[in-house]
Amino acid sequence: MVELRNITKDMMTVVEGSYAVAHATKVCKPNVISAYPITPQTHIVEELSQFIADGEIENCDYINVESEFSALSTLVGSSATGARTYSSTTSQGLALMHEVLFNASGMRLPIVVTVVNRALSAPINIWNDQQDSVSERDSGWIQLYAEDVQEAADMVAQAYKVGEDPDVMLPVMVCMDGFLLSHVYEPVVLLEEDLIDDYLLPFDPKYKLDPKDPKTFGAFAPPASYTEFRYAQEQAMSAALDKIEKAADDFYDVFGRYYGGLIDEYKTDDADIIIMAKGSIIGTIRDVIDNLRENGVKVGLLKVRALRPFPKDAIKEVVKDSSVVITLDKNISPGVNEGALCTETKACMYNSDINVPVIGYMIGLGGRDIPEDTIENIVDEAKEVINSGISTESQFTDLREDLI
Amino acid sequence: MTISAGGVCEPGTTKNNKTGGWRNYKPVFLYDKCIKCKLCELLCPDEAIDPREDGFFEYNYDYCKGCGVCANECPVSAIEMVLEEK
Repeated sequence: MVELRNITKDMMTVVEGSYAVAHATKVCKPNVISAYPITPQTHIVEELSQFIADGEIENCDYINVESEFSALSTLVGSSATGARTYSSTTSQGLALMHEVLFNASGMRLPIVVTVVNRALSAPINIWNDQQDSVSERDSGWIQLYAEDVQEAADMVAQAYKVGEDPDVMLPVMVCMDGFLLSHVYEPVVLLEEDLIDDYLLPFDPKYKLDPKDPKTFGAFAPPASYTEFRYAQEQAMSAALDKIEKAADDFYDVFGRYYGGLIDEYKTDDADIIIMAKGSIIGTIRDVIDNLRENGVKVGLLKVRALRPFPKDAIKEVVKDSSVVITLDKNISPGVNEGALCTETKACMYNSDINVPVIGYMIGLGGRDIPEDTIENIVDEAKEVINSGISTESQFTDLREDLI
Repeated sequence: MTISAGGVCEPGTTKNNKTGGWRNYKPVFLYDKCIKCKLCELLCPDEAIDPREDGFFEYNYDYCKGCGVCANECPVSAIEMVLEEK
C-alpha cells in the first residue's frame, strides 16, 4: 500500500513532472550527465542543463553529444571512472542506445536513465506507450515503472541506491509515461536535499578507470568464460530483488514516502479479479476498483514496479488465491499477440501448483486514451472467464473496426 | 583464475592466455639472410619477437599467432612462413 507520512500542503509544490525528475536527479549529486533531446523527454534534460548553467550542481559535467548512442557511450566511460551518471531518453533514442545498453550492463556500470515512455516508429508517433523500454527487457538493465510524478522523481534516488549496491552493480531504467507524467503538473514534494545523505552513500565502486592505476575494462571473453559473465549478471539481478524492496523501505524511513517495493497491492486481500499493470494507468485502475467495489465486485490491483528483475514470487503470492488475472500491457510482441506482463505472468505460474487463468489486453498503444469504461468492460469480460473459462486469451483493446 | 564483475582486468594479464595455438603458419628466421634491422620486432602486434644477445631475434611461440606481418615486412626476406601441421 502507498504510504505517505506527515506530508502537508506546505511541503508540496506544483511542478511539471519533468522538473520534479530533473530536481530529484540534481539532489542525487550526479557527476556526469549526457543526453540528447527527444520528445517527450526534452524538458528533463533542459531543466538539468539549466541547473548546470546556474551552478546548482557541484562537481558535475554536462556533456553535449550528437546522438543518444554517444550519450550513453559517454556515460559508460564516465561511470567506469567512478562517476555517478545520468541520462534520459525515450523511444527512438532508447532504440539508438540499444547496443550500448548491453555494454553498460555487461560492464556492470550503475548508470541511471529515466526513460520517458513513448511509442516506437513506424508509423511515427510521439505519444505514450511502453514499447520502447519493454523492448529492452533483455538488455540486462533493471527496469522500474512509476505510477505518478512523485514516484518517478523519488525513484531516481531509489535507482541509484539499488544499482550502486556492491551486490548488484547494474544500470537502472526509471520508466515514466510520456506526456501523462512528463508533461503533467502535479503537487509534489521535491526530493529533499537535506535528507539525501541519509539515504544515498557516495558512489565508490571496487574498480575505477584511472590512468594512475591502469586496468582494462570490458575485456574480451572467449567461449571458455563468456557464460560465467552472463551467469554473474543473472546473479546480480536475483540479488536486486531484495535490494529493490529494501531501497523502498529505506526510502520510507528517511523520506516518509512508500509506493511498494517490487510490486504494490490495492484491495487484493479478498479479490477474485486481479488487474496487473505498470505505469500511469495504475491511477485509473485504482479509481475503477473503487467504483466497482461499491457495487460489490471483488477486484484488486497488482501494480508492477519492477519488470526486471521480474518479481515472480511476489506476483505468485498475490494471485494464487484469485479466480482470474487481467494483464494490461502498453506493448505487444507481434507474433505472440501478447504484451510482456501477459506472457511473463503466465510463464511464472507454469510449473507451479497455481492454476489461475490469465487474460491479456494490449491497451493505450501510441497514446490512445484509456477511459474508465474500457477497464470496466475488461473486468466484465473477466467475470465471464470465471463463469465459463477463457474465450480469448489476449487481445487488442478498443480496436476501431471502422479503420480496418 | 576467477572473473571479476564486468571483466575488469589488471595490466599484463593477457600473458596468462597463451594464444600461439591459434597459429596456422609459423614464422622461422633465416639467420644467414637477417641484417638485424629490428623491423620485425617493432611491427609484431603481439610482442612475440624477443631480441637475443648476439643482435639477432627469436620468436616466442607461446604468443605468436602467425599473422605474418614480420615476414611480409622483412626487407631481405629473412623470415619464412612454414605451414604448421598439428
